[in-house]
Amino acid sequence: MGYQLKMRVWRGDESGGDLGDYTVEVSEGEVVLDALHRVQATQAGDLAIRWNCKAGKCGSCSAEINGRPRLLCMSRLSDFEEDETITVTPLRTFPVIRDLVTDVSFNYEKARELPSFAPPPRDADNKRRMAQVDVERGQEFRKCIECFLCQNVCHVVRDHEENKPAFSGPRFFLRYAELDMHPLDTHDRRELAQGAAGLGMCNITKCCTEVCPEGIKITDNAIIPMKERVVDRKYDPLVWLGNKIGLRTKDNDGRTEV
Amino acid sequence: MTNPVNDRHPMTGNEMSGDAAGGMERHRYDVVVVGAGGAGLRAAIAAHDAGARTAIVCKSLLGKAHTVMAEGGIAAAMGNRWPEDNWEVHFRDTMRGGKMLNNWRMAQLHAQEAPERVMELEDWGALFDRTDDGLISQRDFGGHKYARLAHVGDRTGLEMIRTLQQRAVSLGIDVFMECTVTDVMLDQGDGGKVSGAFGYWRETGRFVLFETPSVILATGGIGKSFKVTSNSWEYTGDGHALAMRAGASLINMEFVQFHPTGMVWPPSVKGLLVTESVRGDGGVLKNAEGQRFMFDYIPEYFKSETADTVEEADAWYDDKKSNRRPPELLPRDEVARAINSEIKAGRGTPHGGIYLDIASRRSPEFIRKRLPSMYHQFKELADVDITAEPMEIGPTCHYVMGGVEVDADTQQSAVTGLYAVGECSGGMHGSNRLGGNSLGDLLVFGKRAGEAATAYTASLGEDRPKVDEADVKAAERSALAPFEVSDSLAQGGENPYTIQSDLQQSMNDLVGIIRTAPELERSLSEIEAFKVRAASMKVEGHRQYNPGWHLALDLRNMLVVSEAIAKAALAREESRGGHTRDDFPGPSEEWATKNLVVDLNADGTGIDLHEKPLPEMPDELKKYFEPAAAEPPAESKEGK
Ligand SMILES: Cc1cc2nc3c(=O)[nH]c(=O)nc-3n(C[C@H](O)[C@H](O)[C@H](O)COP(=O)(O)OP(=O)(O)OC[C@H]3O[C@@H](n4cnc5c(N)ncnc54)[C@H](O)[C@@H]3O)c2cc1C
Ligand code: SF4
Ligand code: SF4
Ligand code: FES
Repeated sequence: MGYQLKMRVWRGDESGGDLGDYTVEVSEGEVVLDALHRVQATQAGDLAIRWNCKAGKCGSCSAEINGRPRLLCMSRLSDFEEDETITVTPLRTFPVIRDLVTDVSFNYEKARELPSFAPPPRDADNKRRMAQVDVERGQEFRKCIECFLCQNVCHVVRDHEENKPAFSGPRFFLRYAELDMHPLDTHDRRELAQGAAGLGMCNITKCCTEVCPEGIKITDNAIIPMKERVVDRKYDPLVWLGNKIGLRTKDNDGRTEV
Repeated sequence: MTNPVNDRHPMTGNEMSGDAAGGMERHRYDVVVVGAGGAGLRAAIAAHDAGARTAIVCKSLLGKAHTVMAEGGIAAAMGNRWPEDNWEVHFRDTMRGGKMLNNWRMAQLHAQEAPERVMELEDWGALFDRTDDGLISQRDFGGHKYARLAHVGDRTGLEMIRTLQQRAVSLGIDVFMECTVTDVMLDQGDGGKVSGAFGYWRETGRFVLFETPSVILATGGIGKSFKVTSNSWEYTGDGHALAMRAGASLINMEFVQFHPTGMVWPPSVKGLLVTESVRGDGGVLKNAEGQRFMFDYIPEYFKSETADTVEEADAWYDDKKSNRRPPELLPRDEVARAINSEIKAGRGTPHGGIYLDIASRRSPEFIRKRLPSMYHQFKELADVDITAEPMEIGPTCHYVMGGVEVDADTQQSAVTGLYAVGECSGGMHGSNRLGGNSLGDLLVFGKRAGEAATAYTASLGEDRPKVDEADVKAAERSALAPFEVSDSLAQGGENPYTIQSDLQQSMNDLVGIIRTAPELERSLSEIEAFKVRAASMKVEGHRQYNPGWHLALDLRNMLVVSEAIAKAALAREESRGGHTRDDFPGPSEEWATKNLVVDLNADGTGIDLHEKPLPEMPDELKKYFEPAAAEPPAESKEGK
């Protein structure tokens, strides 16, 4: 049942830091976040960790465990050997604030650059109609919990600080794709995605998809279709019709470019 | 990284001017909203739309508030599945669910306005699940007569918060993230009106002052005072405590909702929520002997509308007109008590819960489609495949019905300029909240509060209440006190984590789902002892992103709120909704007509309690509750 877990946890701030060694009692069924909380409660009261839901729903607790980007609350200790030392470090792509907490403001800035949803008026009875099949593609992307793990692993920015201004990253390619595939949106954001958001810099390595804790197929379902739609604005290979309800025959009909 | 325009930190909004006088920054706004859950975001959007310069302040990053965890849906009588549904039916369900203790006006406004608030979310980009004819789908939940919850799989809260967050961002509303408010400032020269809010940046530990005549509290609940809870670290009752310290009152604090279905295994996730949608979508409760025990626990009050045979209960899912609802879908207080009794009677599962079984009743595809995050949660955290085996569940502290006493139409508290919305306000849900009624509540009253606060600020013109510099100094001293203690006590005091965990255990054991006078009395004396320990707790390290210090400050709120709950629970000598007294097992007529109101006592060290009659419901609403009118009158059904 219970055993003594050896952990190395990065302690420090923007001016630098070190891995600190801790040994902590853990028990069956626990996750890495539980072990860190016990370190915090008994050995290092000021250990900075970001977390909220402890259920993989809020995307606050992103960090790197043995070098792999993970959610601390969804990483079970049973995935590691009992005598293995678990090393926890902050996300590498974002500047450290303190200990495991990083400055993810890059993502909030990118969110501000996105033109918002622009629907037509409601139907005569004051309701809106969309078919389930049509909303499902967008719904996959809206499962995103904004953990920013995909942003963290994407090599375009991971080791290239200089790319950050021109590249909004996989999380926001999802947003562009979601709006582009929204059955009711009236904007055409393809040019913007390609240009300002830096979709063209992505070379489809799929690292983002691999780390997504929500299992969103970021590359296959969002990035690649977006790239194809950008390349061919006359013929869309992935036409998904609003056929059930007959809103549009083609995705981009009636959209205004922004 | 700084933002060149005004040299503010792009994420937190922190002004990076370390040399500002006393290391403190100041901002001036028309309306400041404390909290960025559904209630806070909706209030801020409304204030902005009404023309106010608005700021949102929140303890976590934007988009991480508790609302993100809501699963089941938003209750709104849109009539998309059942044209018979309308606000009157929803109003009646809400009042009956709250055992008639609800503020009738809030329940009425909520039922009337929720449908349009949901449609607004769709206008702003929310993608709800659809019915076959393309409308927003609605699902069944406990206590709601018709399928009424607009939903997105089992992640409705995520959809709601993301939609509101994206809306607020696109409107350019200022957001101060990871910033905790510790005091509401008052102008004592001006009749004690609100003049601002004081807080600290979690990131740097530096102080910040918002000068504003309107503060809207939207800080959520108090569940972190209990050991087994579905709530996160943020739920320390900050808004409840801030309001009391500013001179406002709380009502209904004895009513804490224990959700019937929380995870019980493994220990690390004990308390984590299992959504009610599992039951709404066909899941049933069984004890260790395999018996569907809920049929033994149908209370008189709900007999006429609850199925009493397995056949009828099962037929209901397909034909709601000719069958009554399964007893698994009784309001939460009933189900939680029943589960508790089964476990106490020795019919619990190996890990001390009971079984929630959907695997034997629905296909794996159906389960994965309708309950994706539950599937994920059990698979990842408990190694249980819910499409193949039953879940083990037990009651968990989930929601507080009690909160700041406010005016139903404007959400203003007794303090001029201080508003409260969402879980931190009281009255709407009476003694028990129906599932789905919280998310609706956030939207309906968020909008109302934002508009009312803006109108109030506008009415002041240039003549705004002033912040007294002496109060600012006092707020600073109070926030830094935990550091002072450790310096002055050579031995060093206690660690805040230990006090918190002892408090959680004590509240769980003594003020939990079933209560008695001797236990409540003991809890009050334990709380007194915790207060003494907290006065000398020790905080390590410095002010930069220091969770120990943050907890020390939150703990003060948890203590005062816990005392309010225990005192009110001891006073109410009956059982009703979320308050069950073993020594007073039934509801009492006398208590049916009054609320318990709590205030901070004169020297600020404890809680005062008094009784107050319920607001009187007008006759045209009373008719829905007369025995003959078990159904709303036929002509009103037209009004969908
Ligand atoms: C697991 C779970 C599932 C649920 N499912 C449903 C459901 O299906 N349907 C339903 O209707 N309800 C549901 N509920 C209840 C509902 O989600 C909550 O009651 C509701 O989201 C609370 O919203 P809020 O806006 O009041 O507060 P929250 O969303 O909790 O937001 C509180 C905000 O206040 C901030 N804050 C707190 N204190 C301070 C401070 N001192 N200074 C600055 N900021 C502060 C926090 O950072 C946060 O931003 C569920 C609850 C849980 C826990
Ligand atoms: S697929 Fe594109 S966006 Fe994703 S990690 Fe690779 S380069 Fe980055
Ligand atoms: S797309 Fe996936 S990995 Fe990226 S932020 Fe969203 S949930 Fe996280
Ligand atoms: S704490 Fe919410 S995802 Fe880990």
